[in-house]
Amino acid sequence: MTLLTTVFAAIISTVIWYRNAPYDEMKTGILCWMYWGASLMWLVDAIYEYRELGAEYFIPAPVDMLNDFYLGLSVIALGLIIWLGILLISDPKGVVRAALFKNR
Amino acid sequence: MACFLVPVAEAVVTTVITKVVESKENKQAALKGANDNGSLEMENRIPFSRKLKWLNNLLWGGSALLAFEHLWHGEIVPWFPFLSAASDSAAASVMLSEMATVGVSMAALVTAVWGVMLLVTNVMEKRVLKAQPDSN
Repeated sequence: MTLLTTVFAAIISTVIWYRNAPYDEMKTGILCWMYWGASLMWLVDAIYEYRELGAEYFIPAPVDMLNDFYLGLSVIALGLIIWLGILLISDPKGVVRAALFKNR
Repeated sequence: MACFLVPVAEAVVTTVITKVVESKENKQAALKGANDNGSLEMENRIPFSRKLKWLNNLLWGGSALLAFEHLWHGEIVPWFPFLSAASDSAAASVMLSEMATVGVSMAALVTAVWGVMLLVTNVMEKRVLKAQPDSN
């Protein structure tokens, strides 16, 4: 479920990046790299788990599924926080600087 | 248990390599600065340091989110030795075996995907270079 949630986040962020490409003022590329990187790593995790559990891997207990989905959402939130931090610090549009140093 | 440490280690190495390659490319670009043909070629070819940054982003980004998952499951703790499995020798051996299998596979898959990206971009670069003399 965590893998699935992250893959969806990766797909959505890639679509958003593609819509604005080649301009990446909002730095959505960061989200793509993060979510795709994590998705690939969790895919490996899933493959090893499948090797261990077999078909049982695809029928998780509802509690486990809910916990994994909760983790997936938390991972997406963390990714968004990292992206927001990088966006505000690098400030490609200069709006943070403009807001901080504007003449009153 | 600590499988994400293998991609982190790879990310550290590739980040250092990126810095070295980037400084070499900057020196080469400064030398080629006066040459017109050189600057045209630079526009159509993606610098290798930029391609390495793609790998760095995949590895660092993925590892950061995986580290959070390990924190979630209590496998990373805020006190020494920071990995809950490292305090027990039996658990430590399981952790090391997991790093050697799952961790190495993670790093290998990310690198393989990056390799495919390199192949695709190389084909794209060649197409652009081929099309250029026709347009001129």
